[in-house]
Amino acid sequence: MKALINLVEKVKPNFEKGGRFEKFYRTFEAFETFLYVKGDVTRSGGHIRDAIDMKRTMVHVIIALIPPLLFGIWNVGFQHYRATGEEVAFMDQVLFGLIHVLPIIIVSYASGLAVEFIFASSRDHEVNEGFLVSGMLIPLVIPVTTPLWMVALATVFAVIIGKEVFGGTGMNILNPALLARAFLFFAYPSYLSGEVWIETTLQEGQQLVDGFSGATALAVMAAGEGSMPSDFDMFFGFIPGSIGETSTFAILLGAIVLIATGIGSFRIMASVFIGGLAMGLILNLFAVNDFMAMPAYKHLIMGGFAFGAVYMATDPVSASQTGVGKYMYGILIGVITVLIRVVNPAYPEGMMLAILFMNVFAPLIDHYVMQANVKKRLKRMEKVRLQTQA
Amino acid sequence: MSKIIKIKKGLNIPILGEAEKILNTTPRSSTYSVCPPDFHGLTPKMLVKEGEKVKAGSPLFFDKYNEKIIFTSPVSGIFLDLVRGEKRRIMKLVIQADDTNEYLDFGSAEPDSLSREQVIKKLLQSGLWPAIRQRPYSVIANPEDSPKAIFVSAFNSAPLCADMDFIVNGQENEFQAGLNVLQKLTDGKVHLSVHVDNNLNSAFLNAKGVELHRFSGPHPSGNVGIQIHHIDPVDKGDIVWYLGVQHLIAIGRLFEKGIYDASKIIALAGSEVLNPRYYRTISGARISDIIATNLRFEEGVNRRIISGDVLTGTHVGENDYLRFYDDMVSVIPEGDKPEIFSWILPNFDKFSVSRSFPAFLMPWKKYRHNTNIRSGERPFVVTGVYEKVLPMDIMPMQLLKSIMINDIDMMEKLGIYEVAPEDFALCEYVCPSKIDIQYYIREGLDTIRGEFS
Repeated sequence: MKALINLVEKVKPNFEKGGRFEKFYRTFEAFETFLYVKGDVTRSGGHIRDAIDMKRTMVHVIIALIPPLLFGIWNVGFQHYRATGEEVAFMDQVLFGLIHVLPIIIVSYASGLAVEFIFASSRDHEVNEGFLVSGMLIPLVIPVTTPLWMVALATVFAVIIGKEVFGGTGMNILNPALLARAFLFFAYPSYLSGEVWIETTLQEGQQLVDGFSGATALAVMAAGEGSMPSDFDMFFGFIPGSIGETSTFAILLGAIVLIATGIGSFRIMASVFIGGLAMGLILNLFAVNDFMAMPAYKHLIMGGFAFGAVYMATDPVSASQTGVGKYMYGILIGVITVLIRVVNPAYPEGMMLAILFMNVFAPLIDHYVMQANVKKRLKRMEKVRLQTQA
Repeated sequence: MSKIIKIKKGLNIPILGEAEKILNTTPRSSTYSVCPPDFHGLTPKMLVKEGEKVKAGSPLFFDKYNEKIIFTSPVSGIFLDLVRGEKRRIMKLVIQADDTNEYLDFGSAEPDSLSREQVIKKLLQSGLWPAIRQRPYSVIANPEDSPKAIFVSAFNSAPLCADMDFIVNGQENEFQAGLNVLQKLTDGKVHLSVHVDNNLNSAFLNAKGVELHRFSGPHPSGNVGIQIHHIDPVDKGDIVWYLGVQHLIAIGRLFEKGIYDASKIIALAGSEVLNPRYYRTISGARISDIIATNLRFEEGVNRRIISGDVLTGTHVGENDYLRFYDDMVSVIPEGDKPEIFSWILPNFDKFSVSRSFPAFLMPWKKYRHNTNIRSGERPFVVTGVYEKVLPMDIMPMQLLKSIMINDIDMMEKLGIYEVAPEDFALCEYVCPSKIDIQYYIREGLDTIRGEFS
């Protein structure tokens, strides 16, 4: 271990100012700090600091993403072989999933980190850890059939237009991972809707089973035809959908990690679910078609609702930053998602648009929360003054 | 009895090395010092020349922008040396001490028999005036102002802080005498705040002529800024004064004996101290005389000596001096060694408020906390962490952002007049982005002060 540090210290001068690779200093530094926490001490202000840092924060989100990721990998294989009607072993399903999912993850990380490193070097700041999470989120919210070049294009677009033009991590208005998905959704709609959720490229000797449909539950409800999967299948995720979004159960496992460590906002998660459920119930009351009459709880286990609530809405940068604001932000995401799903015929899924929409409005919510604080202060001061005068 | 003001937000950082309640006396140092940077915003103008003889209470320098405020020598001896820093800024005045203290006589007096002007004059003359600070801005009070109230916090809550009950023991009369002086300084109230668990000394509980407030809860409940916020908040245009218990005792002594007796009791604490305990010493004493041989030695571990507590104190070396406002010296290990993969390992030996570390499972454990910063500075990312350690109705992140973009109007609206860097020290501690929050708060205060003076 000591030898490793010494080795790094030995090559370090090459990357420092005047060194041969000084242009790559920020890249070197990113790997260096990945390897070990540097012996940097406090220079001003408090002499001691909490052991938490951005790397640990972000890596816990990735840990929380492991359940939906693993389930998603298996489900890709499971859905494929179900479509072809073949009976294969569990490991074959996993293998099929790995072959199709891993390249997407690799492309997402490679393209995104490349952009991050370039910007960090040109602006001479440390590489921020934010993309560690975005790089994993992007593969999990797109269909497995998305071409790799599209993954790369969307990722680069999201990092540059979604984040770097605003000044990098912490400055962005929109959730970068969702922006990547939105980019694909609007630029290449045929790749993100319809029968895209299951890898059905057939090899010789394979054929689709009779009556096969790759439609998602949301598409079934929106079209008003086809058969809905059971609640059991929807909750545990044995359904078609984006790679990581199908299993509400796996997502809840991740939510437990986020809430237990305090890294994901429980306020936002809970209020998204409450908002969705409440809107579903309201629609039930005024139901004029099957979708409106659908039991409200089903919204929470369909499509990307759970994934959006747990991993997307909780992005602290693009979400509301005030305590009260988080409740409003979350509830409105839930409400708008269900509204888009049921009322708007153009989009079967509303989660992505609801979150992006509320990302834009989060600063406004915060503004009003701040104004309330300002007014409260003025009022309190006034009261104190009147008391002292009396 | 007044009702208890419960402070719920905050944090007691569990650090090893709390001072045992044993009082020792440090030997008389050969040199003492007064350090102008202790007084924020001060530009000193010298009154003595090198080699000149001084007594305890002799003027050394004054404030260029307020000539009435003078600073005096804590001991008698010879003014030896002026230590300058960058841009020739005066960092230290070093005084070589005599073997015994000779005091300049200011004459004892009963504060009740003096007018307010006479009381102020006496405080100014003796050099004890700088002990009185004001909010907003957390700087030395202006003797021309009349504050709406004066605040004294009878307890510290910072990590490893000195216990005021122990310190005031045997000095109850001087403490009350000091309070009597304060009553002359304001038409408003003198507020004394005690902690329900820590303050049982009759000097505090039976103090006369004050309004007593009882607080409960963790740090920063002992910060006077937090207490002001809950008792009588500062609005634009308001001025309140505050001072520490030990300075109050010194003021009591000034009026009883007529001398500037700069002696005080400090806690020497921290994980790198062999026997953490209390010492009777003099303001401006040399650090090496306080710690003497009382340090733990471990191969390869560097130490950081801090005058003050670990959140707000000043980094000093052994050859440096005890600072004017400090009641303690902390010694903790430096964290200057790299740690492989430490950002992801469980880290049983590190404290964090984040439950991503196992510390929350072991609430009884105390830590040998080092000075490693653990990451470079990042922009604000995580939200809702500062709010948990700031027991004020103030939005910390929004206030900081308004300071960073220099939006004076917004700073005012979000309550900058109520805050001081020390009140935000815990926010800085817990910040996952490692932002120098105390620095920004001070910058904001300086901006506002510059705008209105």
